[in-house]
Amino acid sequence: MNEIQEERIRQNISAAFYRHGLLCASYPVPIILFTSASILTCCYPLLKLPLPGTGPVEFTTGVRDYSTPSHESQGDLSERPDWYRGPPVAYIQQVLVKAAVSPWDNSLVPVDVFRSPLGRVFSVLEEIRNHVYTDRSLEALCLQVTDLLPGLRRMQAVLPEHGCLLVSPGNYWQNRRDLFDADPDLLKTVHQHEPKGLHTSATLKDLLFGVPGKQTGVNLYSKKRVVTYTITIALSSYDARFVASLRARLKQLHPSANCTLREDHMVHVHFKEEIGIAELIPLVTTYIILFAYIYFSTRKIDMVKSKWGLALAAVVTVLSSLLMSVGLCTLFGLTPTLNGGEIFPYLVVVIGLENVLVLTKSVVSTPVDLEVKLRIAQGLSNESWSIMKNMATELCIILIGYFTFVPAIQEFCLFAVVGLVSDFFLQMFFFTTVLSIDIRRMELADLNRRLPAEAGMPPPKPGPLRPRETPPPPRPSPHTITLQAPAFRNLRLPKRLRVVYFLARTRLAQRIIMVGTVIWIGILVYTDPAGLRTFLAAQVSEQSPLGEAGLPPHLGVAPVFPGGDPTSTLSGLPAPEPTPLPENQSQGHRAAHPEVAPVSSPQITWGPEDEELWRRLSFRHWPSLFSYYNITLAKRYISILPVIPVTLHLSPQEAIDTRHPQDTHHAPPPSIKTSDLQTDLTLYKVAALGLFAGVVLVLLLFCLYRVLCPRNYGQNGVPHGRRRRGDLPCDEYGYSPPISEISPLLLRGHSMDIECLASDGMLLASCCLVGHIRVWDAQTGDCLTVIPNNGLRRSSSSGCWEHRDGWDHISACEAESLLGADFREPGGGAVGGQDVDIFPIRRRTTPARPALFGDQPDLTPLIDTNFGLSPPSQALSSSGFDFGGLVEKAYQEHEPSPTLAFPPSPPPVLPPELPPQNNGDWDSSVWAMELRGNLIATGRSSGKLELWDAVEGSLRCSNEDGVSGITALAFLNNRIVAARLNGSLDFFTVEITKPLGLLQYRGPPGRGSLPPSPCYSSEDVISCQLTRSVQCAHQKPITVLKAAAGRVVTGSQDHTVRVYRLEDSCCLFTLQGHSGGITAIYIDQTMVLASGGQDGTICVWDVLTGSRVSHVYGHRGDVTSLVCTTSCIISSGLDDLICIWDRSTGIKLYSIQQEVGCGASLGVISESLLVTGGQGCVSFWDLNYGDLLQTVYLGQSSEGQSVRQLLVLDNAAIVCDFGSELSLVYVPSVLEKLD
Amino acid sequence: MADNSLSSVDVSALSSGALMRRGPYISMITNRTMNLLIRAAMLFMVGVFLALVLNLLQVQRNVTLFPPDVLSSVFSSAWWVPPCCGTAAALIGLLYPCMDRRLGEPHKLKREWSNVMRCVAVFVGINHASAKVDFANNVQLSLTLAALSVGLWWTFDRSRSGFGLGVVIAILATLATQLLVYNGVFQYTSPDFLYIRSWLPCIFFAGVITVGNIGRQLALYEYKVNQEKTHQD
Repeated sequence: MNEIQEERIRQNISAAFYRHGLLCASYPVPIILFTSASILTCCYPLLKLPLPGTGPVEFTTGVRDYSTPSHESQGDLSERPDWYRGPPVAYIQQVLVKAAVSPWDNSLVPVDVFRSPLGRVFSVLEEIRNHVYTDRSLEALCLQVTDLLPGLRRMQAVLPEHGCLLVSPGNYWQNRRDLFDADPDLLKTVHQHEPKGLHTSATLKDLLFGVPGKQTGVNLYSKKRVVTYTITIALSSYDARFVASLRARLKQLHPSANCTLREDHMVHVHFKEEIGIAELIPLVTTYIILFAYIYFSTRKIDMVKSKWGLALAAVVTVLSSLLMSVGLCTLFGLTPTLNGGEIFPYLVVVIGLENVLVLTKSVVSTPVDLEVKLRIAQGLSNESWSIMKNMATELCIILIGYFTFVPAIQEFCLFAVVGLVSDFFLQMFFFTTVLSIDIRRMELADLNRRLPAEAGMPPPKPGPLRPRETPPPPRPSPHTITLQAPAFRNLRLPKRLRVVYFLARTRLAQRIIMVGTVIWIGILVYTDPAGLRTFLAAQVSEQSPLGEAGLPPHLGVAPVFPGGDPTSTLSGLPAPEPTPLPENQSQGHRAAHPEVAPVSSPQITWGPEDEELWRRLSFRHWPSLFSYYNITLAKRYISILPVIPVTLHLSPQEAIDTRHPQDTHHAPPPSIKTSDLQTDLTLYKVAALGLFAGVVLVLLLFCLYRVLCPRNYGQNGVPHGRRRRGDLPCDEYGYSPPISEISPLLLRGHSMDIECLASDGMLLASCCLVGHIRVWDAQTGDCLTVIPNNGLRRSSSSGCWEHRDGWDHISACEAESLLGADFREPGGGAVGGQDVDIFPIRRRTTPARPALFGDQPDLTPLIDTNFGLSPPSQALSSSGFDFGGLVEKAYQEHEPSPTLAFPPSPPPVLPPELPPQNNGDWDSSVWAMELRGNLIATGRSSGKLELWDAVEGSLRCSNEDGVSGITALAFLNNRIVAARLNGSLDFFTVEITKPLGLLQYRGPPGRGSLPPSPCYSSEDVISCQLTRSVQCAHQKPITVLKAAAGRVVTGSQDHTVRVYRLEDSCCLFTLQGHSGGITAIYIDQTMVLASGGQDGTICVWDVLTGSRVSHVYGHRGDVTSLVCTTSCIISSGLDDLICIWDRSTGIKLYSIQQEVGCGASLGVISESLLVTGGQGCVSFWDLNYGDLLQTVYLGQSSEGQSVRQLLVLDNAAIVCDFGSELSLVYVPSVLEKLD
Repeated sequence: MADNSLSSVDVSALSSGALMRRGPYISMITNRTMNLLIRAAMLFMVGVFLALVLNLLQVQRNVTLFPPDVLSSVFSSAWWVPPCCGTAAALIGLLYPCMDRRLGEPHKLKREWSNVMRCVAVFVGINHASAKVDFANNVQLSLTLAALSVGLWWTFDRSRSGFGLGVVIAILATLATQLLVYNGVFQYTSPDFLYIRSWLPCIFFAGVITVGNIGRQLALYEYKVNQEKTHQD
């Protein structure tokens, strides 16, 4: 019941997806527009969110009606930011001191610019500390700090501990005037705490002076000669009256004329949670992992036109779904409290790119000849169930996460759910549509590629597996039409495609993103959250007086005279020091002649820029000051009170008085030029450092890449480098033997290219273009028999067998006994003699008839090869089944002959043959050949079926029932199936009239796992009877015929595969599913049936039910060969790709790019060892991992020849044709493994 | 594996012995050793890197501001922690493919780098959660992390051998940590499972699965490293 329901749901989903796919592929532009619009709409709320920076935010209130904000949020005050709650960490009161020695005269040394002005800080400090307003002192109000952080021991001397947080330049000298006076080099003291090298956070100098470094004026080359510094007081609670009285007092003591600083606003600065480097490292790590994930995922996109375009689309899909998720959540009032940057990578990983990839794969594996619309729809509906299932699972998991009731996880889950849903939406609409456009474009390109190829290609394809195939008929017309239809539709819309792919080609999107990033960085720098600009400016101006030029020209302001009334100052409180009065007075009378002064006198001006001088400080200024005392400002705020201006004017005399004796010895200011040079050097240093770091980074990444990806692993499109000869084979499993073991054994003898190859494990039969059949020993490579085309004459391997006068009794006996045959009929010695009479077919060798030999191919290479490669003595001693050698020896013993000489010499005479009665088929060529037992079955172009004795080379039987050429043969048990050119299928039965008691010697017992194949002794009468002929088994020529497990499978040009039962030749199934002629079939004992066609598809069938198990689109062009192992299917195609598929799921595991024209021949040696033929070589691959294990070169100068046929024998040897030669390659350690 | 390789080695030694061609034999051994070393080194680096980064997450858990010499806090843990983690990672990463081979059931679930990356990302995420997310109580935290770890195994591994090895190593590592803390080598701020935090076994388990995944993926490249080397020669 449940299953039925599930099935119905599945069908419904599938149908819905199908319709949806049709819709998407039909109206791509409207759908893309609609999707983009919805993305933009959903992302619109994001505009309200601040830029992802960590700059502090400010909020300004009036001083007058200020009260500490309460903790409860007040709904009515909407203009208040939500962080403005509760008391601030501290109130910052700054006293801004501007001091100058005025007038300046030439008797003063540069140190005077700042020594006496700085010295005055102690008196001001004293004043502030001692200020009392109605029993409230600073001690009571200020922020009390405790120890510095343990790591800051070196700062203990300069920063206050266990008391008020009150910092000023006086801290350099522990707030003691005597230390200051005794300091010979003030600049050194100030700068000794500066960190070396680059730094972006606030320095100690910034902290103590409270103004940006360049504005302090504490350097020897200042042109302005005005020293500026602040005394910074941190108050824990705000007492308006105390602050007001302090302000009044200081103003009274040190009046500032023309000072129009506003005093009615206090600024609250809220600091966000900062991301330190230490926190940045995990973040960066997660992002690196994220990018690696995206990279490795998108790399899998295959078989599409523009990989980059689709990868971009996939990434866009995921990213915009995340943005949509955040946008939607914001819209519905769920403000993100989590750090977006931190959870973002995890969200991407949760949502994942898998669905997109699955969709792509599913669509591209639909038959290529379908219409684009249908392909998309089919691909969608194929994967609909798994997509829905995955989505449901993910939603379930996230829902479970939601019920953990941990706020952070809940929020994450909420975002993930919305992100998943929007991702699904985008996949369905956006990505599918993009995919359809891509597929359409590929079809067009495909068509362009295929049509001329078909038109220009000569009809017979050199398909190695179909050597006898008739010229393939032109493709059926519907095929062409369906291909053309989308193409024409495409041609109608070239502009649209051109635009889309222009975008893809020029990487416009990436560039836009890049430009966007640059702009964003620019904005960040402009708003200056990191204090970068300040820092850079400070760096430059500190060292160069030229830097000052860039500053706003304060000097342009009219000279300012201290307008405060000196008398009121005097009449004030008892001044702690007598300095203010004389100074002010002196200033007053010197003001009359500033223009006559040879050097410009320093002028103190107050402008609006002084109001909030702290703004020019690094935004980390306050956090770092507080962090020294382990007070964090993250997510908290401080209130900055209006600054108190203090102006100090000092007389030159005073400056001279406070001089340190060493000040005058101070080196004269270096010239501007050197300073310039210094600046330049610094810049160069920084640039060089950056360059070096960049180079190192690139090298590091490169090394990492090389280590990680030493080779493009198992990927399509990158040809594996063939290993050089002599390269070492090595593999963890050890089945790849060293090179010394794999040396191909060349079997020479044929004069023309080898066309047919058959083997039953022990024997090997080959047939060349002229029709010569040679039988070889598969173990030693000796040529046993030659069956020439014209005449059924045989010639033996050694060339001397022919000299025997008949099958000599003794020698035969001897040979048989030597061969270790167990059975020999009593009196069998006479059989040979009788043969002549009983079986006239069997020809006898009679003494020389050299005339007939004239037209024979030169046999010299044959003799050379055999004798050179395996000396007879060795062959005799090592293996007991060396027919050639044995017989030869036997013959030698019996009848020594002068022509027996081993040195390579063409056999002078060859035995002529009795004219056979049953041949006369000289002109027809062999189209198919099978070898079973010691019988060779050959199918000829004339439709004749012949059975030959493999050892003796005699024709045993022939059948001429059919007239159409035999294109394929299958020989199983005692049945022979012949497929004919006219599409008919003939079943023959091989009958042996004499009951068998004989087992001919078949190699060492137990060696190899031969299927029980009948062995025919030479005495048996063999007849071949046509038992059944299926006319019109196929409408078109049969191209492939395979038999195994009691089934015969035929594939034909008519796009169908038929399965017959071998016993009764009954047709069980007609399998339809290909849209092209069948080119390759695989069936084995376990009833696995796979077929490949001209359309590039591979179908796996269930032989028992006739249903299609899986159907994949694998190759562009014909599938040329197919092999299955228990876990995978290996296919090769005309596109020179070898693809390895998972057998159960039909998923492509990987593919191997072959050289052009060598993709066809392949074989599986063991479960994990694949062998493929190449240009003059064979390559061994590890099937599990797709690694090239070894390449064996077959010949010396053989690069041009390609291996077209490859046969794997049971004894782990492989035989491949190689032009006119055969090559026998042993893989001995596989043998070990098999054992 | 050992048997096969041994037989192959024997065969090669026999066949080439007569010709005194020792080249292939020796180079094969060196190559295999080299490649093992390279793999171990890479895993070691991965382990050290993960240890540094994840330790940073733990150490800096509640601190949001840093003194200027912040780079020193990257190496805030004791010097022996990263090498230990690296060694453990190398061992586990080599052990997993070896065990797969011994048991004869190669790990087949989605063997590709994208999955490995996903796995690493989830592992870092689990660490992130353990360090940054505020849970109501420790039991909830530990249970959540345990569920996440098992989910990690189910998503990226699914082999019984992987699970078994992960559990065994997690238990051993937990035991070792307990002993270390007991002997006062270091300590946890708020231990709730004897001397350690109760989520530690889950982290160990997830780490073993992750490193095992990386190791298996690297084992796929074993041959390639060899080839690369021969090309360089």
